[in-house]
Amino acid sequence: MALLDVTNLSVDFQTDQGVVHAVRDISFQVGESEVVGIVGESGSGKSVTMYSVMGLLASNGDIKEGSVTFDGTEITRKAFPNQKAYEAAMSRIRGNDMSMIFQDPMTFLNPVIKIGKQVTEVIKNHNKISDAQAKEQAVSLMGQVGIPSPEQRFGQYPHEFSGGMRQRIIIAMALANNPKLIIADEPTTALDVTIQAQVLDLIKEMKEKLNSSVIMITHDLGVVASLCDRIIIMYGGKIVESGRAREIFYEPRHPYTMGLLRCVHNPEKKEKLMPIPGSPPDLLKPPAGCPFVDRCSKAMKICKVQMPKETVYSETHVCACWLEEAERRKGERHV
Amino acid sequence: MMTYTEQIEDSMFDKLEESEKDTEFIAMESKTYLKDAWDCFKKNRLALAGLIFLLFMVVLAVMVPVLSPYTYDSQNLDVRNALPSMAHPLGTDKLGRDILVRLMFGARISLMVGFVAAFLNLIIGVVYGGVSGFMGGKTDMVMMRIIDCIYSIPSMLYVILIMMVFGSNIGSVLLGICVSSWIGMARQVRTQVQTLKQQEFALAAYVIGAGKLRILFKHLIINCMGPIIVSTTLMVPEAIFTESFLAFIGIGISLPQASWGTLASEARSVIQSYPLQIVWPVLAICLTVLSLNFIGDGLGEALDPKNR
Amino acid sequence: MVRYTIKRLAVGAVTLFLLATITFFLMHMIPGSPFAGETTKLPVKVLDKLYEKYGLDKPLLEQYVIYMKNAVRGDFGVSIYRKGKSIEKIIAAGLPYTVRLGAVSVCVALLMGIFLGTVAAFTKKRWLSNLVLIVATAGVSMPGFLLSVLLLLLFGVVLKWLPFVGLNSPLHYILPATGMAFAPISMIARLVRSSLREVMKQDYMVLARAKGTPEKLVIWRHGLKNAMLPVITYAGPMIATLLTGSFVIESLYSIPGIGAEFVTSITNRDYTMIMALTILYGTFIIIANIITDIVNAMIDPRIKLGK
Repeated sequence: MALLDVTNLSVDFQTDQGVVHAVRDISFQVGESEVVGIVGESGSGKSVTMYSVMGLLASNGDIKEGSVTFDGTEITRKAFPNQKAYEAAMSRIRGNDMSMIFQDPMTFLNPVIKIGKQVTEVIKNHNKISDAQAKEQAVSLMGQVGIPSPEQRFGQYPHEFSGGMRQRIIIAMALANNPKLIIADEPTTALDVTIQAQVLDLIKEMKEKLNSSVIMITHDLGVVASLCDRIIIMYGGKIVESGRAREIFYEPRHPYTMGLLRCVHNPEKKEKLMPIPGSPPDLLKPPAGCPFVDRCSKAMKICKVQMPKETVYSETHVCACWLEEAERRKGERHV
Repeated sequence: MMTYTEQIEDSMFDKLEESEKDTEFIAMESKTYLKDAWDCFKKNRLALAGLIFLLFMVVLAVMVPVLSPYTYDSQNLDVRNALPSMAHPLGTDKLGRDILVRLMFGARISLMVGFVAAFLNLIIGVVYGGVSGFMGGKTDMVMMRIIDCIYSIPSMLYVILIMMVFGSNIGSVLLGICVSSWIGMARQVRTQVQTLKQQEFALAAYVIGAGKLRILFKHLIINCMGPIIVSTTLMVPEAIFTESFLAFIGIGISLPQASWGTLASEARSVIQSYPLQIVWPVLAICLTVLSLNFIGDGLGEALDPKNR
Repeated sequence: MVRYTIKRLAVGAVTLFLLATITFFLMHMIPGSPFAGETTKLPVKVLDKLYEKYGLDKPLLEQYVIYMKNAVRGDFGVSIYRKGKSIEKIIAAGLPYTVRLGAVSVCVALLMGIFLGTVAAFTKKRWLSNLVLIVATAGVSMPGFLLSVLLLLLFGVVLKWLPFVGLNSPLHYILPATGMAFAPISMIARLVRSSLREVMKQDYMVLARAKGTPEKLVIWRHGLKNAMLPVITYAGPMIATLLTGSFVIESLYSIPGIGAEFVTSITNRDYTMIMALTILYGTFIIIANIITDIVNAMIDPRIKLGK
């Protein structure tokens, strides 16, 4: 059984301009100690999906439909008799069984609380231990994620840390209670390139140590290439393709995935970087058909009006695109 | 095997023409900054009501000599302290003068003091804060220490001293109000300019050879116009308060036309027997200031780029 | 911290000196004599005597030097208007009333303001939040002195529910303290509401929840400290203002404090009194500003004192 099972999830946001359908009917699973990458550009719904799994959507966001099952238990609001029971249950899970590494280390640490206190908080939330023990654990944790002289750093404030160091602190907090699932939301986007590799290595190393499952959200296929077992490609609030890393990189099926791959610079092939023209769809009025249709070079009339069915290529490789059906028909006609 | 896809005609699988694609998705209808701000402002019903009320007051204040059969000082000793009636909608005061007319003339003084003081504050604050933030370094430090000094001065004391020295005229009221109230504006502009001057567009302007003053006023100040306008709106009530306070304690502007504060002060002397008389000037001050506060809040929302 | 405080106090002393100097010369520009009311009755000889007694016959600059020398030693002279009563005695008699009323007003303003602002920020009922906001906006739109007149009229004169002369019992505090605290309550409620809402949107609140911290603790531990910063910045000078009293309220409710002295001393050209009060008010505000900055720096480690 999968550790995390998301089925038919739809998420809406109420805004001044109207209702934004940020995530529309998506399903996926994450297995035990599996590393899954979710790739897509900004606004594709990848972060929203993970925030809804954690139950951390902003107050104007709401899970409209679908279910999220974690470790065999349903964890959406509707599975609980009241808000209080839901919040209590989520508090027990968050930071303990399931934790999150965030995008921007500059804004996710509380500027007026000492680093040490912020790290011990997550330990004390889930373990009945004394302050001294919590401190000891926190210091050793800070050492593990590569903070030099953690004893001294313990009493400092976030503004005394560099971006990379702050991200290490956030990672330390996510790892504190050996979670079963770690969600990393673009953990390297806000960092310098030199630091990015270090942080990725750290996540990889810690993952192997704890044997947790990891969901890696990113807009950079290069990041997931080295890290992920399986990759999910999202576009316009939908999953357009998913498969093993190998399948996505060597046999991409969806034109969007192909476009993304052309955006990854490969110094050996000496290919030009190819941007995908256009911009993502307006999720206030999500298109009836394939969300990528307006930017797709292979778009057909059907793409505009109907969402394509998923084609299963292998046990793991699935893609939602009309091209497959078109190919099949072409084949039939030739016969 | 029949699936739903079988029902789709083959022609649907023809290539989609480029012209059928919505190639550029535009998140919002393209509007100018001002149009956009106005649309947002209109949605705030309280702010809109405030604006309408304020315009109404201004029109009445301007038009009152034409509209009214009475003048501000026409006494009619037969109808002293009258209650509201058809002839005198808000009644008359202890000298038989029409309260509504006096209130409208009062609006002229109170509104003028409010707007002129806010305008002066705007000019002083923007120039001082802009220069201080833009120059930085020693100039900035000296200018900020001066501000700290002025900030430590109990402002009401100075307003009153200035009134005593320069006489009870509009000029000294304005001077008194302006002695200290521009400081908030100057600090705000300084902080904004400091942040903005670090940004690329200021550097770009410098690179293409724009003069320092030009950069400051054309590029930097324009970019922090939103918060500046909001503070200016909220400065009007402050000036109206100060003026009416001075009038209330009896050292305000001495003119035959009474300001709202003077009217309140006059009504206070008959408060035991004719309590209604003090309600009108108080109501006028409160509603006007309330309108301005609502307008300020509305503008704050409308001009904040974060609310886009 | 100590060095910073000393430095700020030194700057404050300089400010106070400048303040006293400006006030001194501005004050002597007020047309008319402190004995104006009596000039007609008093023969020139007596008047000269009076001028001599108060040192007003000397050149202005010399008067200034003498005054400053005495002031540094803590001697503010005698009141000109109150016929020889020493300034220190007048202030010592009035200050306790003013400060007591001010302290009550400060407490009411902070407690009510923070409570209302918090309710407005967190309530799920939209109408309640809007109601608090509208009432608070109305509150800042009502000049305190006019509100006090209306309160006195309604609860004191018409309904006769509350006493309104002096400060003899706790009940006596209700009306004047409400008048003093009303605008600050509204201001604080608005500030608390908007800053709490702003803080609730911050990323670090999301991280706190992601750590499994219960919602109440998230707000208490991570939200409040950050949300209090703008409130403290406002509250510092507010406290100084409330503690120095209000002319209108003290005269309306016949409270023998020093708030009322402020305007009377100026209109009576009571030079020594004006000077003493200016210095007193200046000191209050300067100290309040220093404390505000220190408290802010204690809460927010990003603020570097002395920079």
